[in-house]
Amino acid sequence: MTSTRSTEISLRVNGETHSLTVDNRTTLLDALRERLDLTGTKKGCDQGQCGACTVLLDRQRVNSCLQLAVAAEGRDVTTIEGLADGEELHPVQQAFVDLDGYQCGYCTPGQICSAVAVIEELAREWPSAATDDVRRPPAVSEEEIRERMSGNLCRCGAYVNIVRAVTQAAKNEQVNA
Amino acid sequence: MREFDYRRAADAHEAVALLSGEPEARFLGGGTNLVDLMKTGVENPALLVDVRGLPLDRIEVAGDGALTIGATMTNSDLAAHPEVRHRYPALAEAVLAGASGQLRNMATVGGNLLQRTRCGYFTDLSRPCNKREPGSGCSALNGEHHNHAILGWSEHCVATNPSDMAVALAAFDAVVRVLTPEGSAEIPLADFYLPVGDTPHRETALPDGALITGVTLPAAPVAARSRYRKVRERASYAFANGSIAAALHVEDGTVRDVRIAFGAVASRPWRAREAERALIGGPATPEAFAAAADAELAAARPLAHNGYKVPLIRNLVVSTLTELQEAAR
Repeated sequence: MTSTRSTEISLRVNGETHSLTVDNRTTLLDALRERLDLTGTKKGCDQGQCGACTVLLDRQRVNSCLQLAVAAEGRDVTTIEGLADGEELHPVQQAFVDLDGYQCGYCTPGQICSAVAVIEELAREWPSAATDDVRRPPAVSEEEIRERMSGNLCRCGAYVNIVRAVTQAAKNEQVNA
Repeated sequence: MREFDYRRAADAHEAVALLSGEPEARFLGGGTNLVDLMKTGVENPALLVDVRGLPLDRIEVAGDGALTIGATMTNSDLAAHPEVRHRYPALAEAVLAGASGQLRNMATVGGNLLQRTRCGYFTDLSRPCNKREPGSGCSALNGEHHNHAILGWSEHCVATNPSDMAVALAAFDAVVRVLTPEGSAEIPLADFYLPVGDTPHRETALPDGALITGVTLPAAPVAARSRYRKVRERASYAFANGSIAAALHVEDGTVRDVRIAFGAVASRPWRAREAERALIGGPATPEAFAAAADAELAAARPLAHNGYKVPLIRNLVVSTLTELQEAAR
């Protein structure tokens, strides 16, 4: 078998296709930050424990630090840079601003990408560990949001306002749906 | 991280063929455990065969009601599936009790079955570990082991299996379906995880080079009334200190069918057959539930710092079975 330690891939990020050759060891996180200069996605623990690197892959949230770039080929990546519509913030971004859902801001891009997906998961009636009866659709409640956002750590401890911001955005989405 | 080759397989047979004769190759599913272990140097594959895109990402329902869950289905899709939520709620609850939303979106069913222990010494390359380096010794036996095994361990390894999903699968008599270069085979989950003995590095009965293609859950009416409960050191996103998957069917106060499995107590999900035997045909009372738990836990050998797990599991048995019985009334 011929040895191929690096691979030519095309990555579709925020609607734009990029062709690049990556060492197979490169994570999606490093490809975004170091190769495509999309530094909004943050590196926290680099072990899948903190959620700072959360991006959307085919519209589902993932830890980009554990996703090999080579294995993301052909899939749609959305980062924090791809959420706003021009100058108009995404409703979840706006809710974080309105309700002061951050302090230092380092975990915020991951929190917001995760929250965007949480709201979609609730709309699809996915259950969570906070759902009383998994046979029934989950409620849109602070308890559900808290559980679903548990993969995103905030060392400043801004959780109170993060939960308020995500809950408000989720309830607005419910009204508009 | 060591450099590695990367191949993507189009179907299960191609995946098995690509891995064949490559002892240093690994299948790549969601990568949530494997990529992490490659970063820390515990795993050093020369080739990754990517199986995530294989067409094994759905649930098939057989005529007799059995479910076959495809190996590349994500943990999220498994927990959200209506057949699982309604007919095996403890399985949906177990999956949702594990990891985070992000990780469940990546992790596959096959990968979940093969995830490695979270014993801190296993990932600490500076310390002896028989699982990582056979013959080097077990650092946990007389070290930090407050969350290690109380059942089925040996002096060679006291680590636990970290999967929540596998506990529910064990309770419902799941069968693991595999593909090898010789053909397909089935391994009951009860035989899938090997006893620790003196070979803790050999964790499963999976033949060399075999690919997990799915997991079959036999039809089990009792599973429709089932629960998974998990005790951990924080409210969410942590491995268990102890967990239980249980299902109960009572008629006129008498236990007609019961399934019980424990998590975080052994190197494998622990099916509590002694407890089940003690309960069948007897009264469904808290006293009977406690006696059944004691019958199972008579075999427990707690370590110096994890004796709390014995009453923890006993209490989980009593409270979970009591809850199931009250919900059925």
